[in-house]
Amino acid sequence: MSGSPASGASLPLPVPALSVRHLSVAYNDQPALWDVTWESPPSGLVAIVGPNGAGKSTLLKAVLGLVPRLSGEVRAFGRPIAEVRRRVGYLPQRASVDWDFPATALQVVAMGRYPRVGWIRPLPRAERERARAALAEVGMAAYADRQIGQLSGGQQQRVFLARALALEADLYLMDEPFAGVDAATERAIIEVLQRLAREGRTVIAVHHDLATAPQYFAHVLLLNVRAIAAGPMATTFTPENLARTYGGRLSLLEQAVAAALGGGVPVGGATPGGPERR
Amino acid sequence: MTEFLRLDLAALLAAVLACLACGLIGNLLLLTRQSLLGDAISHAVLPGIVLGFWASGSRAAPPLVAGAMAAAVTAALLIALVRRLTRLEPGAAMGVVFSGMFALGLVLIEVTGARAVDLDVDCVLYGQLEALIWPAAEGLGSLLDPAALAEFPAEVKTLAAILALTLGLLALLWKELRLVAFDPDFARTIGFAPRLVSVLVLVLVSAACVAAFWAVGSILVIAALVAPAAIARLLTNDYAAQFAISALAAVAMGGGGYWAAVLVPDALGLGHGLNAAGMMAVVAGLLLAGACLLGPFGPAGRARRRAAVAVGPVRVPAPAAE
Repeated sequence: MSGSPASGASLPLPVPALSVRHLSVAYNDQPALWDVTWESPPSGLVAIVGPNGAGKSTLLKAVLGLVPRLSGEVRAFGRPIAEVRRRVGYLPQRASVDWDFPATALQVVAMGRYPRVGWIRPLPRAERERARAALAEVGMAAYADRQIGQLSGGQQQRVFLARALALEADLYLMDEPFAGVDAATERAIIEVLQRLAREGRTVIAVHHDLATAPQYFAHVLLLNVRAIAAGPMATTFTPENLARTYGGRLSLLEQAVAAALGGGVPVGGATPGGPERR
Repeated sequence: MTEFLRLDLAALLAAVLACLACGLIGNLLLLTRQSLLGDAISHAVLPGIVLGFWASGSRAAPPLVAGAMAAAVTAALLIALVRRLTRLEPGAAMGVVFSGMFALGLVLIEVTGARAVDLDVDCVLYGQLEALIWPAAEGLGSLLDPAALAEFPAEVKTLAAILALTLGLLALLWKELRLVAFDPDFARTIGFAPRLVSVLVLVLVSAACVAAFWAVGSILVIAALVAPAAIARLLTNDYAAQFAISALAAVAMGGGGYWAAVLVPDALGLGHGLNAAGMMAVVAGLLLAGACLLGPFGPAGRARRRAAVAVGPVRVPAPAAE
């Protein structure tokens, strides 16, 4: 990633917030991720960009243990992710839950405080107030007692963001936080993300909008089943890299063939004898 | 009064307790959109009940409940296995497993000779409330008499225990059940094991199925599981109120169904009652229709909201300008 200062030889190297090594995931024998090796920066806003079916959501889920990994190792802050679970927060896709569920916005946000409350014990008043504060941070204080189905899509997304904030995590994995939201919500969300980055936290977000990606995020991982390229936005988000990411499966196959024949080695170190693709 | 205590009290209590146990746990099925899992399990527990009956030689609750739990867990595992091996859609996998296990249960009733005693197909399908009588009752004083209460039908005591278990777990795991029902993936990322909670719900559903088996029979268990929760969902958007209203609906369904089937024909001197389980489902259906039509999300509710808008401040000035 970025070069460390030459003078600070005794300084410890900054630890990447998230690192994955040789991560592979398959659904029904179809590879969704293949041999992904990637290190995030130690903090800041990171976009995961790639075409549909590139495995962006799968990467987040595999990191969190929500889908089984075929192989690979995941570390957060240099430690196995299971040991630092409390420092990692997840914001799922809005469409992944049933918004018709009879719960209020505040009740959903309060779920972000459950790790601090533990099993069986009812939510203490102080924790409820922390949840209320998280709702206020996304401009939703007035909607605390509204049933979530009565909220607009953008408001629902803010409720999910508030629940993530209530976790007070150091590393956030967000699955399409900007999907289907109105302009006001998009601004509100990016303000919150920028504040998180200023506080030294890391946000790794699946992002679909190529136009806003360079504006919102400092780093990028270009993903299409394999890690195509990763690094600072300015040097990585290039037309060539995007063409390689979105260039279709045919070019991937050609790269794999080239690698198998001992030709060029794609980013991420392709494994010879990888999955066969049509 | 003594006649009511002897012939009706135990059956009425059994109906209400069974509907309550099913109705409360049914909320969690409805809210996770797996009401049909309740149907599947209510059928799939039959072979377990028959084997428990056959092994123990009695209708005492513990072996039957144990058998039903084992059958429910087997059914859940089989459904998962069929889905994994065949890639069938979940509904198909469920249908194959539960109808197969129900059929196995019917065969077992014949093969084990359970039929000769009092576990026959009729009782499986319709329940056997009328078998629950309390001959030891002698007036209201019997309700406080330990000797008479000891003779009270054991099925009712089992039902009460299962309902207490359900209420206890609902209270203890109130926030965990809501979390896992709403967003199991998120629950897992914050260390609240959704699978463990789901298994607990499965255990409660199978316990409720055994409970209701005696009261309303296997087929109508689905009504007891789904209808109270569905009625409540039509009347409220609040999680706690959902459970409270479903409990009221369950009591109305169990009590009202029994009343309409047995007590009303008695009072009218018809000589023979109606099938209590059937009437419970009818009452539940009527309540559901009422909630549908008159509830806040139905046509009546929409009309009320339109009326409220029509007299609102925005529209009033328009005619005044003429």
